Amino acid sequence: MTHDAAASPILKLMNVGKSFRKQVVLKNIHLSVYPGEVTVILGPSGCGKSTLLRCLNGLEFINEGSIRFNELELTPKCPQWQAVRERIGMVFQSYHLFPHMKVIDNILLGPLKVQKRSKDDALAQAEELLERVGLLDKRDAYPRELSGGQQQRIAIVRALCMNPEVMLFDEVTAALDPEMVKEVLEVMLQLARQGMTMIIVTHEMGFARAVADRILFMDKGSIIEQGNPTSFFSEPQTDRAKRFLQQFYEIETWKGREVI
Amino acid sequence: MELLGLELLLQSMPQLVKGLIQTLMIACYSIIFSTIGGIVFGALQTIRLLWLNLLTRFYLELFRSIPILVWLFFVYFGLPLFFNVHLSSFACAVLVLSLWGITEIGEVARGAFQSIARGQSDAGRSIGLRTIQLYRYILFPQALRRMIPPSINVYTRIIKTTSLTVLIGVTEVVKAGQQIIERTGEAILIYGCLFFFYFLLCYPLSVLSRKLEKSII
Repeated sequence: MTHDAAASPILKLMNVGKSFRKQVVLKNIHLSVYPGEVTVILGPSGCGKSTLLRCLNGLEFINEGSIRFNELELTPKCPQWQAVRERIGMVFQSYHLFPHMKVIDNILLGPLKVQKRSKDDALAQAEELLERVGLLDKRDAYPRELSGGQQQRIAIVRALCMNPEVMLFDEVTAALDPEMVKEVLEVMLQLARQGMTMIIVTHEMGFARAVADRILFMDKGSIIEQGNPTSFFSEPQTDRAKRFLQQFYEIETWKGREVI
Repeated sequence: MELLGLELLLQSMPQLVKGLIQTLMIACYSIIFSTIGGIVFGALQTIRLLWLNLLTRFYLELFRSIPILVWLFFVYFGLPLFFNVHLSSFACAVLVLSLWGITEIGEVARGAFQSIARGQSDAGRSIGLRTIQLYRYILFPQALRRMIPPSINVYTRIIKTTSLTVLIGVTEVVKAGQQIIERTGEAILIYGCLFFFYFLLCYPLSVLSRKLEKSII
């Protein structure tokens, strides 16, 4: 999907930098995300991709540069972080469902307490979303009774039920058994097809290629390469990206041991 | 002799029960104030603000390093002397035990809040909850469950510590017992009875705490 040139970006990062104490985690990040676009961020561990996501909804604050979300300038002192967060959904690696609440209450907490929507309206939407991810029968279960894949799908529904304009996914399949990875990725793929604006940090290369409109490759806190998935995966421009992709292909092509 | 002991016990019972009620009243008030204050105190300790942290730390250390008995004396004899504040011995007992209980329950609450994974706050904030709502809906309900067993242990300690209030003149169960002993000289019987009373109060709580600990974790 390509955005038309007239549309204005939903998120615009200019020269964003962040450091913890003296350690620089992000530097010179320039990025525009347009409505309906799916951006996948790849890169080695510790390159700052998760931190970048967390800066977008104020779970971390930036030290330099600026982030614009639609009409809002997001600064650390921005008083309306709550208002921003309810418009940006986030899904985490370890799901972080609220263990003391039933599935349905996990989903309804935001819509009812933050957005003050009517119970009927929110409940109807929650049930419809649960149906879509195939978990309507789990609405009264507690998170501990669910598998990892199910919990992660619930976490996605929890974020979706706020009707966010952007969804952030932070390595959402990294903690899952291989068999459950697929069910979560399918939900995300479906969401992308419906036109949701998504920013995804992942280590699933196949999925990245399938879902992305654009790939960003990060190393040591900077975006060092970006492009469409086809060209990124077939002919990466930087050595660092080449080496990174090499690791993945290599494991996939390992030969079996010879039986003597 | 056997009959005499039983008779004496029956005769002393009203006085002992009166003392026991006093003990329970002090303990109940102190437990209520400790619990409410302790939860707030524990939550305050998890907020990162330098002046607040120094203040809570100071308060905590005051009660950690100074014995309860000294506090009782200070409040009962010191307040009238230095600040011209006169409190009944009952009020002094509740005040000191509550202030101490707040630090104890506060530590339990702080531990409970801090044991909740950081991801819970992240998830709560990412759906737009304000700090108060985050504590109200996410952190507090989870912390409360973890707090119950260790809090009950603090409660039994508060009950036992009420016995110190004899020394500022509260007529609680130990004092009542001593009065009877002074009159009759039956130390073993009466102290045995006190022994039994305290055991009756604290043992069920101790069992409850152990049971809850198993069922929650």
